[in-house]
Amino acid sequence: MNKLYNKYEKEILGILARYPAEGKRSAVMPLLFLAQRETGYVPTEALSNIAEITGISETDVASIMGFYTLFHAEPAGRYRIQICTDLPCALRGSESYLEQICEKLGVKEGETTADGLFTVEAVKCLAACHRAPMFQLQGDGEIKYYEDQNVEITMQIVEEIRHKVAAEQEA
Amino acid sequence: MEKYILLRHRDVPEIDQLDVYKANDGLVAFEKVVKSMQPADVTLEVKNSGLRGRGGAGFPTGIKWGFLPNNSWPHYVVANADESEPGTFKDREIMESNPFQFLEGLMIASYAVQANQAYVYLRGEFWQLAAFLDEKIKDLEVAGYLGEKILGTDYSLKINTHLGAGAYICGEETALLESLEGKLGQPRLRPPFPAAVGLYGKPTLINNVETLTNLPLIIQKGADWYRSFGTEQSPGVKIFSLSGCVNKPGNYELPLGVTYQELIFEHGGGIVNDNKIKAVMSAGASSDVVVADDFCLQTPLAYETCLDRIKAPLGSASIIVLDETVDMAWLVSKTVNFFKHESCGKCTPCREGTFWMDSLTKHMMANESRSEDIDLLRSVALQVQGKCLCALGEFSTMAVVTAVDRFRADFETHVRS
Repeated sequence: MNKLYNKYEKEILGILARYPAEGKRSAVMPLLFLAQRETGYVPTEALSNIAEITGISETDVASIMGFYTLFHAEPAGRYRIQICTDLPCALRGSESYLEQICEKLGVKEGETTADGLFTVEAVKCLAACHRAPMFQLQGDGEIKYYEDQNVEITMQIVEEIRHKVAAEQEA
Repeated sequence: MEKYILLRHRDVPEIDQLDVYKANDGLVAFEKVVKSMQPADVTLEVKNSGLRGRGGAGFPTGIKWGFLPNNSWPHYVVANADESEPGTFKDREIMESNPFQFLEGLMIASYAVQANQAYVYLRGEFWQLAAFLDEKIKDLEVAGYLGEKILGTDYSLKINTHLGAGAYICGEETALLESLEGKLGQPRLRPPFPAAVGLYGKPTLINNVETLTNLPLIIQKGADWYRSFGTEQSPGVKIFSLSGCVNKPGNYELPLGVTYQELIFEHGGGIVNDNKIKAVMSAGASSDVVVADDFCLQTPLAYETCLDRIKAPLGSASIIVLDETVDMAWLVSKTVNFFKHESCGKCTPCREGTFWMDSLTKHMMANESRSEDIDLLRSVALQVQGKCLCALGEFSTMAVVTAVDRFRADFETHVRS
């Protein structure tokens, strides 16, 4: 059918099977997650692939990608460190935590580290208000929570990821 | 004696394993309804229990079930697991730690409205949780509790998870349906209500995760047992998500009617650094800011008493505690920035109103405002109220109006006359 379909045929058939025949369009969000799994953003050609699979227009797919914050149209760091700075987290110091993480990584909020590994972003509530400061790590097709953070713990996590990536590259 | 009705994992280790759940009366209720109860009798029992929707609206659950028409099929059931209100983190704990009780509740609700397909709509950030629930759903299929002709009866049910992708508005039930249909998460005009025209245009029941998690024990132990907790108009227990300036933030499962005083000072360990309490918000960022005087602190946390006494709805019972160090102008700048970000853009008063409130409060925080801007901010909020399709617009104004009215001095330090 097309590149995305051929690459993930079995998984895509599994996604489509979750919805009734008249609700094929429901697959558009699962397919956008699939399309950005490898690179962390949705490549332009995937839009037409998804449109073809779900039977809607490419414009519709693009508007859905733009509406939801977890879909990304542009490449960024391999991992996005997304720190919640909403009211309950801010009451527990998440704003200065964000500043310090940015400083340690040598970036401003929204920027990517020189090694291309980390983009730091301030995001909205992640339903972890009692364990602030906290962040989620979006990358490699996954989203993971890291709670009860401070700068030292987070920088340790950052170093572990850097080691993991370096080991991958050597192998 | 077990202490918990919802957060049972705190009593029973490994209740997230199917064999442990079953050994602790798990699935007894579902087996009872599917084998020996008429759907209408299940609905009646839930009506009699007085259970009210835990997502925030507090609408009687059994009555909501009764709205699905019997002359239009198929029916769908959707569990609202989009938990995104700043200050709310209860559904996540339920699903992470007591997943089978939640799923059993969803199965009971599905049987009651005779739906053969149910969806769990989770916010996209709950990516790991969705994968975890998929495993639990598979366990139930393998054990014969889900699938075709369940437990030898004629009833069939399939459950699928569906991930959102970062949009607070999708917690609003019609926006959730739009999103689940693969569209922008924007609310629908009502009526028709989802009970008549919902998912794929079919009658649809949408219940919050916590609401559903109450069902197995209501069916097993009966409506009278459930009514032995809580108040007459707000029966049962509730999970209170406590956050902000308290020593022990977290989820507290308590009977409805517990007072602010008891929740914050006995369970929550009091205020950080022994500071003085200044105000509370009871429904996350969508709340009025209520002065935490003795009258407020003695208010029982139940749907009717919160409205009667302090005119601030209980909502999802996500209590944000604010101490004397909190600047209310700053607080409002945080809440309006949240709603500006999350406004779906469909209704002009919400889209533009949140934009201007955000702009005004940003200038205030930069001490670039004039004193008239305080009244201007309040006036923008009032112009949003009552003019939007869904409650988000309304929500964005609650803290603004109440904070300006009750803590004006905090705003005045940021402006020049």
